[in-house]
Amino acid sequence: MNELVTHLEEKARQLRVAIVKTLHASQSGHTGGSLSAIDMVTALYFHKMRHNPTDPAWEGRDRFVLCKGHAAPAQYVALAEAGYFPREDLMMLRRLGSHLQGHPDSKGTPGVEVCTGSLGQGLSMAVGMALGLRLDQRDNRVYALLGDGELQEGQVWEAAMAAAHYKVDNLCAMVDANGLQIDGEVTKVMNVNPIADKFRAFGWQTLEIDGHDMAAILAALDQAETLKGGPTVIVARTVKGKGVSFFENKAAYHGVTPSDEELPRALECLGCFEE
Amino acid sequence: MSSMIATRDAYGETLAELGGEDPRIVVLDADLSGSTKTGVFAKKFPERFFNMGIAEANMVGTAAGLAAVGKVPFVSTFAIFAVGRAWEQVRQSVAYPKANVKIVATHGGVTVGEDGGSHQSVEDVAIMRAVPNMTVIVPADGVETKAAIRAVAAYKGPVYVRLGRNKVPTIFPADYRFEIGKGTELVAGTDLTFVTTGLMTAQAVAAAEQLKKEGVSARVVHIGTVKPLDQEIIVKAARETGAIVTAEEHSIVGGLGSAVAEVLAEQCPVPLKRVGVNDRFGTSGKAEELLKYFGLTAENLVETGRELLARK
Repeated sequence: MNELVTHLEEKARQLRVAIVKTLHASQSGHTGGSLSAIDMVTALYFHKMRHNPTDPAWEGRDRFVLCKGHAAPAQYVALAEAGYFPREDLMMLRRLGSHLQGHPDSKGTPGVEVCTGSLGQGLSMAVGMALGLRLDQRDNRVYALLGDGELQEGQVWEAAMAAAHYKVDNLCAMVDANGLQIDGEVTKVMNVNPIADKFRAFGWQTLEIDGHDMAAILAALDQAETLKGGPTVIVARTVKGKGVSFFENKAAYHGVTPSDEELPRALECLGCFEE
Repeated sequence: MSSMIATRDAYGETLAELGGEDPRIVVLDADLSGSTKTGVFAKKFPERFFNMGIAEANMVGTAAGLAAVGKVPFVSTFAIFAVGRAWEQVRQSVAYPKANVKIVATHGGVTVGEDGGSHQSVEDVAIMRAVPNMTVIVPADGVETKAAIRAVAAYKGPVYVRLGRNKVPTIFPADYRFEIGKGTELVAGTDLTFVTTGLMTAQAVAAAEQLKKEGVSARVVHIGTVKPLDQEIIVKAARETGAIVTAEEHSIVGGLGSAVAEVLAEQCPVPLKRVGVNDRFGTSGKAEELLKYFGLTAENLVETGRELLARK
């Protein structure tokens, strides 16, 4: 277990480096929310989920829905690292003609299941996937990663109600609760707390963890799988911009990318001195 | 008089048939399964029917998710909610990814009746027509509805089908073949053409009969698929008859009338008159009263035809 945790922690560090480099190249995109989500994304793609990068449509795969689609760089670097497409593609993020759209687009990017980015819509799609897989008597699981600001969207709670009503226990939602949104602190813009209590009231089983503690992430994902009879949400407290000290906990870095001057400092924070 | 059947009834019946033929078909409704007639399917295939409650946005998103794992979801509610409440879900979760989701909305137009303007969708066709990747179908009668629903189930991609609440006369023969994107010439004519959709096609056929008595040869072209539009049949009618009257149970802004105007303006400008709801909301009343109130009648088509002929 310790070896696995160390391995995934190192993988997450490498993916943080990739996120920073990718967003420096694109000079457009969402840095803070990608860095806060990457530990969970790493745990899913490099340990928990069954998937096959050489056959993205493999029927036996678990599904991942990045509801907070603006964190697309986090998913893209994981997909590239896993081998869904060449790493070089990352340098084309958000450019005309690239399959790596500003927000996840299932039409072009191998490994992306649905189109997300308009907040609040992803969990509904995840519920649909979970219902469909259950109808086919498959044991595949569906993972949906939401932001905490995203929970302000009413559709999320429509989906939460439906998931509990239909008892989809093959669905695991994860909330990347970094506490910040574009206009500032989530608690000040429109308070969504207490998150876990709300989900419990809607009939969900809830787990609360530190979203940067890899051992805790793995344990929660394993536990979620054992919880039957309904959906589970993992509320993960995270730090926006995690890993790059001068990005951390700054709402201003929601939709800002590293400048030429910031790049070497950001990489240094991540233990990367190659530039 | 020919037989009368509501297009929503034809839908319910066909959907239940299709459920037995294709196990991939699943159906979602938002607490209106008795009205939309998806209840027929629900009774037969309860495990493949999902009542999503009064939550249309989530219903459309859930359908997109079901499509993403290989199901063929049919989503039903009233047109006002399918297109209005869930518009952005239809755009982002269905049309943008080209999800194989069929949105079959009932209670389109003013014939919703007594419920009034809040529930009468007069802009849904315009809104759906503006969305890329979307196919828009407005059947004229029960026969066409049955054929269209079968075609829609076989087609891979997002579709919006607009159905009505009330019984309408059957105008197509039982062996009518529906093809997505193809218009149909129902009545031959040389002096002018009625280009119509939905329940207005039956009115156009009646109008053409009336005009015939007056010595005017009116053609009737039914457009079952508003998008993609059969431009060829419209341009041909414009060239051969020199005048076009469009008719729809919908706003004249953005629907069939606008679509035809776009084609004519670019390819074959001829005198054109659009009959429809004149950029207004609906109002309470009986369906028949409302059709008269808004001028959605054979009589108004006859009069409009005469006016247009004077401009030729």
